[in-house]
Amino acid sequence: MIDKTWPDAASAVACVEDGATVMIGGFGRSGQPVELIDALIAHGARELTIVNNNAGNGDTGLAALIAAGRVRKIVCSFPRQADSWVFDERYRSGRIELELVPQGNLAERIRAAGAGIGGFYTPTGVGTLLAEGAELRTIGGRDHVLQFPLHADVALIGALAADRWGNLVYRRTARNFGPVMATAARTTIAQVDAVVPLGQLDPEAVVTPGIYVDRVVVVGERPWLREGRFVGGVDIDGHPIADETQEAVR
Amino acid sequence: MNDRISRDELAARVAADIPDGAYVNLGIGAPTRVADFLPAEREIVLHTENGLLGMGPAPAAGAVDPDLVNAGKQAVTEVAGAAYFHHADSFAMMRGGHLDVCVLGAFQVAENGDLANWSTGGEGAIPAVGGAMDLAIGAKSVYVMTDLLTRAGEPKLVRACSYPLTGVRCVTRVYTDRAVFDVTERGFAVRELFGTATVAELEELTGLSFVTAEGAAA
Repeated sequence: MIDKTWPDAASAVACVEDGATVMIGGFGRSGQPVELIDALIAHGARELTIVNNNAGNGDTGLAALIAAGRVRKIVCSFPRQADSWVFDERYRSGRIELELVPQGNLAERIRAAGAGIGGFYTPTGVGTLLAEGAELRTIGGRDHVLQFPLHADVALIGALAADRWGNLVYRRTARNFGPVMATAARTTIAQVDAVVPLGQLDPEAVVTPGIYVDRVVVVGERPWLREGRFVGGVDIDGHPIADETQEAVR
Repeated sequence: MNDRISRDELAARVAADIPDGAYVNLGIGAPTRVADFLPAEREIVLHTENGLLGMGPAPAAGAVDPDLVNAGKQAVTEVAGAAYFHHADSFAMMRGGHLDVCVLGAFQVAENGDLANWSTGGEGAIPAVGGAMDLAIGAKSVYVMTDLLTRAGEPKLVRACSYPLTGVRCVTRVYTDRAVFDVTERGFAVRELFGTATVAELEELTGLSFVTAEGAAA
């Protein structure tokens, strides 16, 4: 019998070793697997290389992992944001290494890793600082640069629901990097709102087939949902707002 | 009469050029405003690179969905006909030439179409590129929307970019607060002048020589 559900986030992330490369899903806060990150902080692994689109927002999630001093290097496309003060301070004081990758190259390098591709030529970045030193090749009359796959030891991703086989469905733009990161890591750990009985996910609607997923942790429904339906009543960070505005949605 | 148009007038001017049926990506910042001026009678599908085609306007207060954001991580909505997809698919759409138009901001645009919009290379600045390089080389038409001059009075249209490049020879057209320029084989062609601006004045401001859109020397 296959059952990829794990009792809690702490035991699920206990496999992360010091020095590991960890992909973390999410675009800003959207889709960020905060409970898994909190468990990783408690677990204590150090000298991590983190792959994410950003470099943390506010003081929670990825930002908290960086603030705890666990991140040696971050591979991302857009570290600088209005609320990236944790990363900004560590970067300016030389305590974190940054590998800046154009966003599409980041996504495709992750996809390539998961798909067993040894590299690919892309026009993105040609003639720019971010392609310096990359092998250049003219294909069909257009210049391309060679990019290599990006693998990880562990991927931490967020999804809406799973079954015990690890099939995943996502919700809206929270999908973002989850499906590609799930393919590119030796161990993929997904946090979900709920695990449903096998057969209940529409096979036509499964986004990440369970073959890519090793561990599933149920973290419960987020405040803006009720039994899978959107009820609102939160701000962009997911914090509840005053009741009278909440009523406007219903 | 003023020799410049406002940011909203500029957004409306860009919006007027986006045809019915177009798939469009609006960059973070000022280009996002173009969405507010798209003619209601046209069906224009907005792409946001974090994974949505068919992006709608900001939600009402209380209806903010943290799972539904745009590239600037602001709350948005989905329109009827919308589709979600993961990041590698989203950038395949961009890189693969499937978007008709993208609208980007700029620090500098060179007369050969080079674009610099991601880094000023300043001391202590934290570099961030996001999807700018993919959009610049991927969309069929790359529109830049910007003031002609910086706040310090430096022209943003230049002979060659001094800031780090986003893309090489990628810009199609530049919409500024004083005029619209096409990038041509022979440099910037003035397509439209706003207010009282004249070609001679713009040449003086930028130190460049322009050609008219028809090809005659201005």
